[in-house]
Amino acid sequence: MENSTATAGDYALEARGLSKSFGSFYAVKDVDLKVRRGTIHALIGPNGAGKTTCFNLLTKTLTPTAGQVIYEGRDITGLRTAQVAKLGLVRSFQISATFPHLTCLENVRVALQSNHGKSFRFWSPLSAIRSLDPRAVELLEQVGLADAAHLQATELSYGKKRALEIATTLALDPKVMLLDEPTAGMGHEDLEPITELIRQVSAGRTILIVEHNLSVVSSLCERITVLQHGELLTEGTYDEVSNNEDVITAYMGGVDAL
Amino acid sequence: MTRTLWLGLLLVALIAAPLAIYPVLLMSILCFVIFASSFNLLLGYAGLLCFGHAMFFGTAAYVAGYLLKTYGVSVEVALIAGTLLSAAMGYVVGIISVRRSGIQFAMITLAISQFVYFLLLQAEFTGGEDGMQRIPRSTLFGIFDVSDHMAFYYVTLTVAVLAVAFFYRVVHSPFGEILRAIRDNEPRVESLGFRPERYKILAMTLSAGLAGLAGALKAMVFQFATLTDVSWPISAEVILMTLLGGLGTLTGPMLGAGIVILMNDELAQFGEWALIAQGVILLLVIIFFRRGVVGELSALWRRLRPSPDQNQDRG
Repeated sequence: MENSTATAGDYALEARGLSKSFGSFYAVKDVDLKVRRGTIHALIGPNGAGKTTCFNLLTKTLTPTAGQVIYEGRDITGLRTAQVAKLGLVRSFQISATFPHLTCLENVRVALQSNHGKSFRFWSPLSAIRSLDPRAVELLEQVGLADAAHLQATELSYGKKRALEIATTLALDPKVMLLDEPTAGMGHEDLEPITELIRQVSAGRTILIVEHNLSVVSSLCERITVLQHGELLTEGTYDEVSNNEDVITAYMGGVDAL
Repeated sequence: MTRTLWLGLLLVALIAAPLAIYPVLLMSILCFVIFASSFNLLLGYAGLLCFGHAMFFGTAAYVAGYLLKTYGVSVEVALIAGTLLSAAMGYVVGIISVRRSGIQFAMITLAISQFVYFLLLQAEFTGGEDGMQRIPRSTLFGIFDVSDHMAFYYVTLTVAVLAVAFFYRVVHSPFGEILRAIRDNEPRVESLGFRPERYKILAMTLSAGLAGLAGALKAMVFQFATLTDVSWPISAEVILMTLLGGLGTLTGPMLGAGIVILMNDELAQFGEWALIAQGVILLLVIIFFRRGVVGELSALWRRLRPSPDQNQDRG
């Protein structure tokens, strides 16, 4: 695959002229975004830049006022969240999105049931889906939760909940993963394992990540898109973006972080 | 192993019970055990708070009563008819209400149940304010005479055991797992490629069917069906049973049903003071025993036994 001259077919996810307005206020305005297949792409910007709105538009949680979302060359603007998930575009949530009163194994098994076709069987015993357990355990092992398989999710630490969430998302074997601030609210001791985990699961996948922590961004992401006031500010590699005058001005107090 | 033993002992006790306790009281408890389980399926396992559950219970009571009185169908036909009709009703109510959640869902179900109440009040066949009296207990399968209380107790017990087994199966099924996931985090379930509303509609259908079974059975036990069965106090009572016994526990609401029915029976002699006593008890439970009787007991059990046992009654 050639990297320098990318054609339309090289992009897993694209936004074209994406806008979302609430009354006269534009949360996101005319954003063009291209996420190249197989890369980790970051969406950053100061608070209120419209990152999360943009993210929600891409995952179909919100419906855009104007513009299109293209996934694998297909216009998915009119589809629902559940439909795009089936196509392989799966999101995570800013707040930890586990099923607190289910065990870790059950958490992952719910996701595995998505493509199993038995999820309406109210008359079958659970043994009907025991065949999913080995795969669920495998996924838990992958994120380092093998020991916790029979613990309820609510008993896990914050960092482990995020790991469980990633295992659940991986259960769908998504082509594109959209991660909404995966390290938000996380202590220092959890940062490194989660960053490493994201790098590990990115193999063979495309990842778009909304992230505040710029050191995480710099160590993980090949391309970075910067939003400000709901509009595209610039796009480039970490070095390009961090030396951009507009970005430095936009972040102001954040200069040191860059 | 011990669980099988306990279940066996419970069954023996239930079989012997009418020798010591008035069968009609026992049958009444069993009807409400089914009803409370059906409510528990919605609130405890799908997170849907239905404020009008009596509509399924009461409508099925009228339908079963009408079929028995007018066509003289056998007992099981009336039960099945009541169940299916209520299930169909639950499906329709589900389609209307399930996109809303929390208090909005509660209010929509309350509104629909009030509508059903007035419909049944006006309808010819229900007997309006007087209710439907002298419903005959016809034969079972067209052969067995079950008109006396003792015989009908065993019919009721069998139906209740089957209903509870069905409830257990639904909760511990692939579908039940998705349902609990929806209760815990609906947006997440959707993001995993499911359409949560479809699961909730099915849960409404199954729950309403069970509630209908309870109502139809109740009409045969007491041999009358009245507007009380469709009214708001019955909807409230099943909420009380569930909270009292322990929300989201398998057995809690069943126990709650037993406690409330026995309590009503004991307090009946005090007239309207019964309602006040009920209110005080509910208040005490909400303040001091948030997890309900079974919830508190299993929490205590866990604290006393340091090694966690996997067979516990968990949501």
